[in-house]
Amino acid sequence: MSSAFTAAEAPEVTAEARPGFLRTAILGERQAIVGIVVIVAFILIGVIGPFVTGDPKAKVGPVFQPPSGSHLLGLDGGGADMVKLLVNGARVSLLVGFAAAFVSILIGGVVGVLAGFFGGKTDIALMRLTDYFLVIPDVPLMIVAAALFGRSLRNIILIIGIIYWTTTARLLRAQVKSIRERIYVRRARAMGAGNSRLIFRHILPQVAPLVVANTVLLVATAIFAETFITFLGLGDPSAISWGRLIENAFTDDAILNNAWWAIVPPGVCVAIVVLAATMTGAAIEEALNPRLAVGHLSVRRFRMRALPSIGRVEPPATLPPSTGAAGATSGKGTKR
Amino acid sequence: MNEPLIRVEDLHVWFDLKGGVELHAVRGVSFALERGERFGLVGESGCGKTTTILALMGLLPPNASVAGAVYLDGENILEHGEETVSPHRWKDIAMIFQGAMNAFNPVKTVGKQIVEPMELHEVAEGKEAWKRAGELLETVGISANRTRRYPHEFSGGMRQRAAIAMSLACSPKVLLADEPTTALDVMVQAQILELLVGLSNDFGLSLVLVTHDLPVVAQVCEQAAVMYAGEVMESGPLDGLYHDPRHPYTRLLFAATPDLYGEGEVVSIPGAPPRLDREIPGCPFAPRCDRTFAPCPDVKPRYLVVGPDRHAACHLNDPALAKAS
Amino acid sequence: MSANGDGASPPLLDVESLVMHYPVPRGLVGTLARRPKGVVHAVEGVTFQVREGEMLALVGESGCGKTTTAQSVLRMVDPTSGAIRFRGQDITRLGARELRPLRREIQMIYQDPYESLDPRFRVRDTVEEPLDVHNLAGAKSERRQHILDALVRAGLTPPELYIDRFPHELSGGQRQRVAIAASLVLNPKLLLADEPVSMLDVSVRAGVLHLLDGLRQEGLGILMITHDLSTAAHFANRIAVMYLGRIVEEGPAQEVVTNPQHPYTKALLSVVPKRDPQHRSRPQILQGETPDPTHIPVGCRFHPRCPIAIPECKQVDPELRRTSGSRSPGHRAACIRAW
Repeated sequence: MSSAFTAAEAPEVTAEARPGFLRTAILGERQAIVGIVVIVAFILIGVIGPFVTGDPKAKVGPVFQPPSGSHLLGLDGGGADMVKLLVNGARVSLLVGFAAAFVSILIGGVVGVLAGFFGGKTDIALMRLTDYFLVIPDVPLMIVAAALFGRSLRNIILIIGIIYWTTTARLLRAQVKSIRERIYVRRARAMGAGNSRLIFRHILPQVAPLVVANTVLLVATAIFAETFITFLGLGDPSAISWGRLIENAFTDDAILNNAWWAIVPPGVCVAIVVLAATMTGAAIEEALNPRLAVGHLSVRRFRMRALPSIGRVEPPATLPPSTGAAGATSGKGTKR
Repeated sequence: MNEPLIRVEDLHVWFDLKGGVELHAVRGVSFALERGERFGLVGESGCGKTTTILALMGLLPPNASVAGAVYLDGENILEHGEETVSPHRWKDIAMIFQGAMNAFNPVKTVGKQIVEPMELHEVAEGKEAWKRAGELLETVGISANRTRRYPHEFSGGMRQRAAIAMSLACSPKVLLADEPTTALDVMVQAQILELLVGLSNDFGLSLVLVTHDLPVVAQVCEQAAVMYAGEVMESGPLDGLYHDPRHPYTRLLFAATPDLYGEGEVVSIPGAPPRLDREIPGCPFAPRCDRTFAPCPDVKPRYLVVGPDRHAACHLNDPALAKAS
Repeated sequence: MSANGDGASPPLLDVESLVMHYPVPRGLVGTLARRPKGVVHAVEGVTFQVREGEMLALVGESGCGKTTTAQSVLRMVDPTSGAIRFRGQDITRLGARELRPLRREIQMIYQDPYESLDPRFRVRDTVEEPLDVHNLAGAKSERRQHILDALVRAGLTPPELYIDRFPHELSGGQRQRVAIAASLVLNPKLLLADEPVSMLDVSVRAGVLHLLDGLRQEGLGILMITHDLSTAAHFANRIAVMYLGRIVEEGPAQEVVTNPQHPYTKALLSVVPKRDPQHRSRPQILQGETPDPTHIPVGCRFHPRCPIAIPECKQVDPELRRTSGSRSPGHRAACIRAW
């Protein structure tokens, strides 16, 4: 019997992370479903597509040929089919996005959880570290790193990961600190549970939805970061990503040739994926913190309606003799 | 006969929940409050008492719908919903919310927070309002020069007093207090209750005290209504409720409350309140009642007069049915 | 000193002159201004015992130190000074490793049943966890039996009905019982109950309190922390009233409640609301609030608010002593005017 229906005065959703939370959070919000579907679609395209397209850079026609029946998005500055390029670009962009997000979560997660759980000197030290990374300006760092370590996909993934872990760390630290004080964690500790049990069995499962939300949002950030790194010319020369496509279009003077099909589609792809990821991440965040949905600030108020047909009747009844009906002396409750 | 200050008649409140479910939280509540009277609305969690007084103020969320009438000095303030309630809010009926002492804006002085409602509702402004704020603080036992202080400079008990002062800013006739002393120590609780009784005696302020704490109501209030599952089980003067309860729930609730000098076992009531997202055909307390008999699960008990100013909704009081019990 | 002590075996819990002081962080301005470091005198010399089969209620208002005392007994914090002995063994300075086996014997029940259980754990997992932590009960079927037994002992019958539920499917009273079952599964000797029923509905409280009483009758010692004198009067064997870190009165529950010796106890009892509307005694409402535990009054700590204070009270810090008006040898109060 769900206690929500009996104990609710003005019912309010509690944001406990109970099992099935993510499932409910995502499936409950249409925007999240759309987001997930879009991302999965692109992942499928990125994984399967390249096997179908063959070498995307092959020249199949004149430079900057407009879209036609055989080449739906026309050809780029090298005469290669845009659709094939986009499909391959999906693989690289998504790969970098997810991998970089993963690196971020890993670093940020470890730092955040350790700082939040142990507090004290560990916390101070780790937060100093976070602060240093937080203030590093990202674009100059990327330029410097590209110059120093070369332009490879691996480096790009690492750089993006290293730049963006700080938000995760701070979020997790705050969340872990708060969960650490929950009674059930204190109970477990008082009963003799060790730190690893507390972290892995109690705290991590509680922060998992937050981590997922954060990861999804980080994927969006990472894909976008990869795009502009590559656009700035710091990307891996041998990899085709959406950013690379945009960069190529610029260096090949696509604009002068009015070849919108060479610039716009990759940008649109990035935008769609970033939007989808943001929608999903936001939906999870909202589910975690129902107060984000500011219903109580709504202008609408309660509404009036008619009395239900089964009303109470209060006849001017004659006073019955005091039957001790409710049994002042008889009929006790149970001790149990 | 004098029209009571507030007369609640057959009040219903529903909440639309996610998933198309409708929670019928208040199910036909009726009671009356005289001028200067202290009235207790007692019940356990989920019984609908807080929702009831929120309805009196019209402070319900957008997913709520209301039926019934609330007569303030003869005028039905719920007639057109928000439109008819808002002119009276804070000016005739005021409320202290649960945890009010923690609801202060930490960056504004206490005085400012008392002055604001006065200015908002055009009761006073500027110097005059500040002077009134000082006077209100004095009334609740805080020295007037503390209007320039911030909430964090006040102790818990003092903040609760300040919250009471804030609610009195526009000189309402009725004060609805939702668990005003629940989070307070028993000595501070005694101070606050003494204050509320004093306000009611000295200024004719009517008080509706909502709480789960029966002894508090027994000490402070003259009349009370006992609520369960959104309905009033019994209402009347406290003496009658304690010494001659006409509803098993009232009797059991008293019996479940340990008393300092009370003899006899402290009992618990097995089971749990019914779900409020569905119709309850008979008496909502029937599954847990120790005096239940034939009609109880299927026939809703009538809210009968069982004494001067006393009502109870229990088949045991019904002369037509009592034979069968 | 305990009324029902047989003197033969050591008491289950023996706390002697327990002191807990916490430093108060000064903040930047304070440090620069070289203000003296504030110290919270949470517990200032508390002595009491709990015997097997006995329930002692530590009663007091917020800030009196009752929760800190419980935390110290549980050894979740290190006492500043004093001694805590469990079954004769001094556990005051033991480290985490030595304390581990004791964590089976001393269990705590917390105030908030809605936060006491991990929302991701089924009842089964919550009750099983202590067994896991202490590596007990090997075979799966044996574990299951232990879990079922603990649930039955906590009043959740039939246990099969509850074992797979999640906390959000349970009522407050049921959750508290699950928390109790999780404590019982290790067969503890001492239970610390911190306001075990204050967040439960009135109709459910007695059930949980009777459960605790039943456990007490089985031989467990129970230290109950509560602000509710009525509950203490009904269910505890002994009551110790705390004020600003000290026990100001202690004795058999009924004695303390019907024949209070300390002015603070008397005032508290007079302001506790009674069920009977006709019983409207003249409450002795003390002015002001409990002082800040960083600034304990000199002399008797209660004297600034005491209705019967005399000049001598500012100079003497009374200890617990048998009073002239007490009817039982175990009933003591810390008031020079009551001795």
